[in-house]
Amino acid sequence: MKPAVFAYHAPASVEEALDLLRELGDDAKVLAGGQSLVPMLSMRLSVFPHLIDVGNLGELDGIRIDEERVTVGAITCDSLVERDAGVADAAPLLSRVTPYIGHLAIRNRGTLGGSIAHADPAGEYPAAALALDAEMVVRSAGSQRRVGASEFFTGLWSTALNPEELLVEVDFPRWKGRSGFAVAEHARRHGDFAIAGAVVGVTLDADDRIVRAGIGLFGMASTPLRASTAEADVIGRTYTDCDSEQIGHLSVEGLDDVVADTSGSAQYRRQVGAAMVARAWSEAVNEASNA
Amino acid sequence: MPETSGVTAVTIECSVNGTSYRATVEARLTLADFLRERCGLTGTHLGCEHGVCGACTVLVGGRAVRSCLMFAVQAQGREVTTVEGLAGPGGALSAVQEAFRSEHGLQCGFCTPGFVVAATAFLADNPDPSEAEIREAMSGNLCRCTGYQGILRAVAVAAHATASAGREELK
Repeated sequence: MKPAVFAYHAPASVEEALDLLRELGDDAKVLAGGQSLVPMLSMRLSVFPHLIDVGNLGELDGIRIDEERVTVGAITCDSLVERDAGVADAAPLLSRVTPYIGHLAIRNRGTLGGSIAHADPAGEYPAAALALDAEMVVRSAGSQRRVGASEFFTGLWSTALNPEELLVEVDFPRWKGRSGFAVAEHARRHGDFAIAGAVVGVTLDADDRIVRAGIGLFGMASTPLRASTAEADVIGRTYTDCDSEQIGHLSVEGLDDVVADTSGSAQYRRQVGAAMVARAWSEAVNEASNA
Repeated sequence: MPETSGVTAVTIECSVNGTSYRATVEARLTLADFLRERCGLTGTHLGCEHGVCGACTVLVGGRAVRSCLMFAVQAQGREVTTVEGLAGPGGALSAVQEAFRSEHGLQCGFCTPGFVVAATAFLADNPDPSEAEIREAMSGNLCRCTGYQGILRAVAVAAHATASAGREELK
């Protein structure tokens, strides 16, 4: 359980990190908090000749909140997101999913940007980014682009990031109006990888009609998923007309790569996923209707 | 480029239990192995070496972390506290250590350093926790002997003892 030899780089600025990425490309992996990467290196599931440690780059650390968005620097640690009162107010779903990530000692080192760039299908932040319509701010030497969450997660542990690119921050839009948010997750023990989980954001108008819905699923397939069919189905209806169990079933219907493993069959995961959506939906709608 | 660029061995300086250490280490050396093998502090135990069991929990900058999921080089310039650094002058047990002894919070002792360090960090943040909060806070550490009841009791007793001591000081 010891990582293989690698060359260690500690760039002093984002520019230096980008230069290194341009030079080393696929041979390099970015190290942030290391809470997913280090176990993979220790078990030698992955081997990289070079590690670029961005953990000391202050410009990537911290949370900014304005009228429109909550912007989280890539190396902001999970426990900071969890405790930040501004986040709890402006992006409640982020505060609510964070306690589900590993355990306190993991959240003290793990970073939001690391979780999103690692793109584990059972990760809480990737699903929250999808459901909330987050945008990833991505830099490479000499250029910057923004990638919507719906385009970002491309496969198991794979993202739209090119080898020379670095995720620098994640922009979460603030949902206005009568909005509610909830997470539901099923795991064998608290902090374990989710067997299935769901995050929900919903906005109601003054007549209790659903005007915005985001349903994210995690732990189900090779990527985090967005239940677009179920979302489209509820838009324009009053929330009292929507049956949460039906929304749950609709959310998992038609998924063709549901994971089967020692935690359960694909059919079991589908059922758990549907139940998690139903649970999170009820809670989110309840919050929105009381807002 | 800084001198730490592209090297497989790095010279680091950090403080462990108040003592300054300077050492040249392989970049791939974990903080846990650094503490055990280079500092001779074998109180930090290694169970799973991939972040699941919590036996290697130490404090870095006062916060609990898994020392098997951190490279020693990432502790550059930081203050590390291991289980050896928790006792008071003359080896007087800390409130958490005392409570683990009085409440039988250990049997074989392998997981104990991780539990004691995690509980210490938890109670520093949350001095008056509910039972549910204690359970959640300790859920990141595995024990194969005790069945956890003694451990949970120990954390509750330590919280109570610390609160009483605080009240005494205020008088």
